[in-house]
Amino acid sequence: MYVKQISVFIENTPGRLAHFTKLLGDNHIDLVSLSVADTTHFGILRGIVADYEKAVELISANGYTVKLTDVLAVSVPDKPGGLADVLQALADHDIVVEYLYSFVRNAGDHALIIFRVDKLPEAEKVLSDAGVKLLSQDEVRGL
Amino acid sequence: MENRYWNPTMETMPREQLRAVQDERLRDVVRRVYENVPFYRHKMQQLGITPGDIHGVCDIEKLPFTEKHDLRDNYPFDMFAVPRSEIVRIHASSGTTGKPTVAGYTSGDIDRWAELMARAMYCANVGKNDIVQVAYGYGLFTGGLGAHYGAERVGASVIPISGGNTVRQLMIMEDFGSTALCCTPSYALNLAEALEKEGISLDRLKLKSGIFGAEPWTEDMRKHIEEKLGIDALNVYGLSEVMGPGVAMECMCKNGMHVWEDHFLPEIIGEDGKGLSYGQQGDLTFTTLTKHGMPLLRYRTHDLCTLTDEPCDCGRTHVRMGRVMGRTDDMLIIRGVNVFPSQIEHALMQVEGVAPQYQIVVDRQGILDTIEVQVELNPSMMSDTIKDMETLERKLVNSLASHALINAHVKLCQPGTLPRSEGKANRVTDKRKLK
Repeated sequence: MYVKQISVFIENTPGRLAHFTKLLGDNHIDLVSLSVADTTHFGILRGIVADYEKAVELISANGYTVKLTDVLAVSVPDKPGGLADVLQALADHDIVVEYLYSFVRNAGDHALIIFRVDKLPEAEKVLSDAGVKLLSQDEVRGL
Repeated sequence: MENRYWNPTMETMPREQLRAVQDERLRDVVRRVYENVPFYRHKMQQLGITPGDIHGVCDIEKLPFTEKHDLRDNYPFDMFAVPRSEIVRIHASSGTTGKPTVAGYTSGDIDRWAELMARAMYCANVGKNDIVQVAYGYGLFTGGLGAHYGAERVGASVIPISGGNTVRQLMIMEDFGSTALCCTPSYALNLAEALEKEGISLDRLKLKSGIFGAEPWTEDMRKHIEEKLGIDALNVYGLSEVMGPGVAMECMCKNGMHVWEDHFLPEIIGEDGKGLSYGQQGDLTFTTLTKHGMPLLRYRTHDLCTLTDEPCDCGRTHVRMGRVMGRTDDMLIIRGVNVFPSQIEHALMQVEGVAPQYQIVVDRQGILDTIEVQVELNPSMMSDTIKDMETLERKLVNSLASHALINAHVKLCQPGTLPRSEGKANRVTDKRKLK
């Protein structure tokens, strides 16, 4: 139960991020989830979009470098401690979280968080066994 | 490997015989320039020598050197050794400081140039059944016409497409079924990149070989081009003052370029102006033995390389010059360390996945030189984690430190954003000079 995330290299020059997001906007590509990780010299924009194939084609054709990664879309109870429980379950099984960020939308009383982990199949099993809801690609599309 | 020679007699001539040919031709050219070129007559008179003092190659060190500024001082036509009515072609190289350097050719010179480029074509296994796409620039630059006449001489079908308009080049390449490509290595790289971008697979093309030159390029770059285009990529050398492309040409042994010693006498000159032996690196210097329009004595190219007289497996007996490391003026001095762009290229290409699109920016912050190497990101290099991207940066920095001996800052750039050349690539911006 993985979800495809696009990650795009964004040079650290004024206007680059604006240009990129405008490109998505002009082509009706809706960002369901978004994060921008930065270093001094560049940023990596990570996002979940409904139609990732279309997005990858569009982004590459416009000269950006894009990569697809499998991530987990986790539905976390929207109350204090909700996220901590999920993270503890992963830590108990020695699963490393590379990064995480939250959805732009949410679904009712649940917050939606994107996780990138080092051991994807194990993480999926651990969370499912713990009763944590994972969203499928189709469910993400429908948000 | 086919060992076909365009001129078997000359190309495989035993070295003692070759030397005798050179001796005779050197005596002849020294007499001709003494009699017809005031610049040389004055120089020789200053040195107290006459043509009679030159018996052969053994006396070469008695003769004066010629520098580029000598040609500029005699601009435009005072270096010609024949009346202008006998000059049938005038080429000029891009002068970086105002006036270009002029080269003049008699019809005999043009014929000999074609003969030498024909030898080059045969080195690359290009003959009458081939279709040659000449993407060197046609015009005052000697690249286009040089390759053109050589390809025509061997009877190939020549496409004089010149440089630029990359998408059109690919269309012609596919539709006409070009079997050989002549252009700069940096342009070959751009064509390879465009091929990938247009989604043209190699099986749609009939390219077998490439004759690349006009700028220094590394062994790494050769392997990269050979892989991307599916061809044998050979190195050709020349400069318009001495003739144009074809002064030297690599054979399929891919181990140095044969200098056509029946037409050019090469020397490697050290920093003290003395000749160095085979295997030592220095300033490549040429005496033209057969040119009539503008013969030159001991012309300093300021291209750094080595010469070897070791026998070559191809059977050609003419000496081989190694890859040009760079020009003495290409060389950068960063915090006291001598660095050539080719060393930086080599360093970058040791890191897996790096495409050789790069720019070197040298600057000075306070009293210390800084060097930034901008490298274009390749899709295969992209990662979703900052960690991986930083590792990549670090690998590049480390490679530059160990292979080019510089502490460079590496900047990863979006693909397609660094300048593309249609001819020779200018990889270096030295901001220190502008300050």
